[in-house]
Amino acid sequence: MTVMKNTIKNMKKSTKSNLITYGMVIVAYIIVQIFSTTGNLSSMMQGLLVPLCIYVIAAVSLNLVVGFSGELSLGHAGFMCIGAYVSAFFSSCVGDALPGPLRFLFAILIGAAVAGIFGILIGIPVLRLRGDYLAIVTLAFGEIIKNLMNVLYIGIDGSGLHIQASDGGALVLDAGGKVIVNGALGITGTPKDSTFTIGVIIILITLFIVQNLVNSRSGRAIMAIRDNRIAAESIGINITKYKLMAFSISAALAGVAGVLYSHNLATLTVKKFDYNTSIMILVFVVLGGIGNIRGSIIAAVILTALPELLRGLSDYRMLIYAIVLVAMMLFNWAPAAISWRERMKEKIAERRKHQTKEAA
Amino acid sequence: MSFISHLINGISLGSVYAIIALGYTMVYGIAKMLNFAHGDVIMIGAYVVFTSMTGMGLNPILSILLSMVVCTVLGVVIERIAYKPLRNAASPLAVLITAIGISYLLQNVALLLFGAGAKTFTNVVTFPSISLAGGKLTITGVTIVTILACIVIMVGLSLFVGKTKPGRAMQAVSEDRGAAQLMGVNVNGTIALTFAIGSALAAIAGVLLCSAYPSLTPYTGAMPGIKAFVAAVFGGIGSIPGAMIGGILLGIIELLSKAYISSQVADAIVFAVLIVVLLIKPTGLFGKNIQEKV
Repeated sequence: MTVMKNTIKNMKKSTKSNLITYGMVIVAYIIVQIFSTTGNLSSMMQGLLVPLCIYVIAAVSLNLVVGFSGELSLGHAGFMCIGAYVSAFFSSCVGDALPGPLRFLFAILIGAAVAGIFGILIGIPVLRLRGDYLAIVTLAFGEIIKNLMNVLYIGIDGSGLHIQASDGGALVLDAGGKVIVNGALGITGTPKDSTFTIGVIIILITLFIVQNLVNSRSGRAIMAIRDNRIAAESIGINITKYKLMAFSISAALAGVAGVLYSHNLATLTVKKFDYNTSIMILVFVVLGGIGNIRGSIIAAVILTALPELLRGLSDYRMLIYAIVLVAMMLFNWAPAAISWRERMKEKIAERRKHQTKEAA
Repeated sequence: MSFISHLINGISLGSVYAIIALGYTMVYGIAKMLNFAHGDVIMIGAYVVFTSMTGMGLNPILSILLSMVVCTVLGVVIERIAYKPLRNAASPLAVLITAIGISYLLQNVALLLFGAGAKTFTNVVTFPSISLAGGKLTITGVTIVTILACIVIMVGLSLFVGKTKPGRAMQAVSEDRGAAQLMGVNVNGTIALTFAIGSALAAIAGVLLCSAYPSLTPYTGAMPGIKAFVAAVFGGIGSIPGAMIGGILLGIIELLSKAYISSQVADAIVFAVLIVVLLIKPTGLFGKNIQEKV
C-alpha cells in the first residue's frame, strides 16, 4: 500500500493527469454499462452513445491541431468524411469475406491511414500559411472534399471497379454488379460494426496517442512552435516537420472517428460532413479549453448530449443551445467575467475564514 | 452570346458577394475578428423586407430602409453584448466561437418566427429588363441594379473611409488600436460604427440576393456568407477594393464553372481557386505583406 502511495506521489504531474483522464473515461464507461444492463438507459440515450464516442475522438484530435499546434483548422469534418467513405467502401467490398471484428479492424486502419495521408497532402501546402488564412484554406479543403464525394460514383462488377464522377445513371456494370458509392445518395448497407465498447476503446487509444505525443520531445517541439515560431526555428526545430506531424496525426484520428460514424449508420452521405460539423467540433475544443484534453472530452459529451436532452423543448432546443453557448463563452473568456469570478472566489474564501475563526 | 450572359450574371452574383465581403473585411480590418454571424444578418435583413412588403404592404424602398435600420441596430447590439466583452480575451478563438453561437442564435430565432419552409421572395426591383443584340442577350433589372448598387457602395465607402473624420478614425484603429486610443480616437465608437455600416450593407445584400434567388429560409445567409468570407480572403482581408474584386471574381468563377464544367462541383472549383491564389500570394490579391520582426 505504502509502495503504491509512494509511486503515485513520485509520479510526474503529466502522468498523473493522463491517468485521471483515462480513469474518467473508464469510470464513465462502467457507469453507462451498469445503467444499460439494469435497463435504466432510454433508447434515445443508447442511440447517442456511439455518436458521443465519435465526437470525443474528433474533439481530442482537433485539439492536437488547435490547442497544441496553435493552428485554427475549420476542415476537420473533411478528414472524418474521408475516413468514413474509405472504410465504408472497404467494408461494403469485403462484405462477409472477413469475419466482422477483423473486417472492422481493417476498416479502422484503412480509414486512419487514408485520412492521415490526406492530412499530409493537404498539410504541405496549407501549413505554409498562417492564422486566419490557414483557417480559410482548411475550410476550403473541407468543402472541396464534401463536394467531390457528392459527385463520386463507384460500382463493382465481374470486370473490376468502375469509378466515375458526375452521373451514376451512366455507370455501365455487368449483370450482378452493384453500385457501392452512389453520388449524393452515398453508401448504403455498411455493416453496423460500431459499438459503444469499441468506441470507448478507440477513445482510450486516441488519448494514449495524443497524450504521449504531447508529452514527448516532438510534442514539446510542437508547442514551442506554437508559442514562438521564430524562436523555435532559431534553435533548430524543423517547423514543417512538426506541424505536419501534428496535422496528419490529427487527420488520421479524425478519420477513425469517421470510420465509427460510417459503421454506425446504415446510410452514409456527405451532408453530415459539412462545415457546420467542423465548426461544432471546434466549439467542443474551445469551450473545453484550448489545449486541455480532458476539457475537450467533457465539452464534447455535454454539447452532444445537450440538444438531445433538450428534445422535449422541440423547437426551442437549438435556440437554447445557442444561448448557452454564447453565455458560456462570455463567462469563460471575457476578462470582466474572469475578474468577477476571482473576486467572488476571494469573497467566499474570506467568509470561510471568518466562519472558522468564529467557530474557534 | 451565352458566354456574355453568364459573365454578366457572374458579375451580378459577384457584386452581392462583394457587398457582403465588405462587411467581413471592414470588421476584420478594425476589430481583427471573423464575424461568422454576418451571413445570418443578411438573412434577417431579407426576412424584414419580406414581412414588411408582403405582410404590412409597405413599398419596396421603405421596406429596404426599414431592413437597413433593423440590421444596423442588430449588428450594433450583437457587437455590444457578445463581442465587446471578449475584445481583450486571452485567445482570439473565444470571440470566433461566440460569433458562431450568435449565428446559430439568429438562425433559430428566424426558424421560430418564420418557420423552416422556404418563403418566395417577391422581387423588389421593378426595373425593366434590357434586351441587347436583337433579343439574344437579356439583362434583367435585378442584375443591373445589383451591379449599380455595388459600384455606388464601393465608391461611397472608399470616399467615407478616405475623406471623412470617422473614416480616418477607422483606418487609425485598424492600423494600431492602442496608438489610436492615445491620439484621442474613440475606439469603441469606431468599432460600433464599423459594425453598423457592415450590417446595413448586409441588409442591402440580403435584398439583392433574394431578388435574384427568390427562396428565403433561415439558412439562406449561411452559404453566401461563407462564400463572401472566401471572397474577402481572396482579395486580401482588410482591404476594401480587395473585397470588391475578390467578390466579383468569385461570382464570375462560380457561374462560369456552373455553366461550363458542372453545377455540382462549382463550389469545389471556387474553393480550389482560392487555395491556389493563397498559395501563390499568401495574403490574398490586395493584402499587405507584413514582415515579422524578431
